[in-house]
Amino acid sequence: MNDFLPVFILLFLATALAVLVIFISILFGPRRRANNPMKIQPYESGMRAIGQGQRRFPVRFYLIAVLFILFDIEVIFFYPWAVAFRQLGWFGLIEMLIFVGILLVGYFWIWKKGALEWETMDK
Amino acid sequence: MPVLLEATLKSVVLIFVLLTGFAYLTLTERKVLARLQARIGPNRAGPLGLLQPVADGLKLIFKESITPAGVDKPIYFLAPVLVAVPAIIVFAVIPVGKGPAFQLASEINVGALYIVGVMGVAVYGITLAGWASNNKYAALGGLRASAQVISYELGMGLSIVAVVLMASSASLADIVEAQMPGNILGWFIFRQPVAAAIFAITAMAELARAPFDLVEAEQELTAGFMTEYSGMKFALFFMGEYVKMIAVSALFATFFLGGWSGPFVDQAPILSVVYFTIKVVACLLLMIWTRATLPRMRYDRLMGFGWKVLTPVAIANVIVTAFLIALGVPGYQ
Repeated sequence: MNDFLPVFILLFLATALAVLVIFISILFGPRRRANNPMKIQPYESGMRAIGQGQRRFPVRFYLIAVLFILFDIEVIFFYPWAVAFRQLGWFGLIEMLIFVGILLVGYFWIWKKGALEWETMDK
Repeated sequence: MPVLLEATLKSVVLIFVLLTGFAYLTLTERKVLARLQARIGPNRAGPLGLLQPVADGLKLIFKESITPAGVDKPIYFLAPVLVAVPAIIVFAVIPVGKGPAFQLASEINVGALYIVGVMGVAVYGITLAGWASNNKYAALGGLRASAQVISYELGMGLSIVAVVLMASSASLADIVEAQMPGNILGWFIFRQPVAAAIFAITAMAELARAPFDLVEAEQELTAGFMTEYSGMKFALFFMGEYVKMIAVSALFATFFLGGWSGPFVDQAPILSVVYFTIKVVACLLLMIWTRATLPRMRYDRLMGFGWKVLTPVAIANVIVTAFLIALGVPGYQ
């Protein structure tokens, strides 16, 4: 815990700085009344905005996002193994080969299924 | 409480140095880009344009901060903070020089994991900014950012695993120590060239810099997720991006270029900071040069490259490294 104390201090100071910067802008910037409603319209290359910006649109990447969570957890498992590898020796290597083997089977399966192709990603 | 005071002082100095570095990095980038494109670049504010960052900062402070109609206000104001803060706190675990005077918390034994985690937080800021802005360009930019970062984070994580494997420790202080013995060939860039290449590519993708700057591709998305941000809120995004550039360069120097190590650091510890700075600046200039040289990638190729090339190569690199260590090959014991 004591090791992390400087991290928390830096986190606090960085957050304070960021909030201060936003506050400075509000303090010093001109505050003209937006009496023209067009001024605060969302920017759409000068056209009148059509509909809301927060609308639904097809997300091609939801499958990528799910796969990312799976693979990222695998990567996290690599870290403690990498730290302890020199103590584990050949045993650790074979264990990891089995782990990576299972991982790669899944990886090539999703590749073959077309989860990584742009054209078939949303199918 | 001396520990608290010491950490606070070091943090304040670190933030000050980062802000100055950020200001002059923007100027350097504009100057170098201009030279590479046979232009002169900013040269009006002060001698050689050296006061240009100050002028830019002052201008942004006195700009009206417009909050467009229909934004999700709490998230709209939170997003720039979420981008800027992680970029700064990455530096907590990076050893800037030899000895505790130049290190904040680099002996933390999960340093490498901390970095991967903190770097990942910044993308929340970008995605939320895109969503909260009530703007279609911004929403698309934010969505692209999240997809891009999650595709390249795997390669980056795995390239750092190879480094941790070499050093048998996830603490950045130990990683620097592990590159010390012998001569310059002890640096991990020579013992882990594949990991270094993958880290460099994925780092540029995580930063969303050219050739991976699809997130804010001007021709298609105006300014991407920052389209609706003005004044100092915009400056915070800008700061986050450039401080992250410095952070990634510092990480590359620490992981692959021997960190602060160099000749005569034992006699004069201050030299270690000089060496570290030189290495970081070299990485930064390389990034600027890349931006001036390479065209933007196509989006489907960008995603495909991350998933079909970088990730398997990075896994293979980890396995080969593990074999080399287990076999006790010279340089990998």
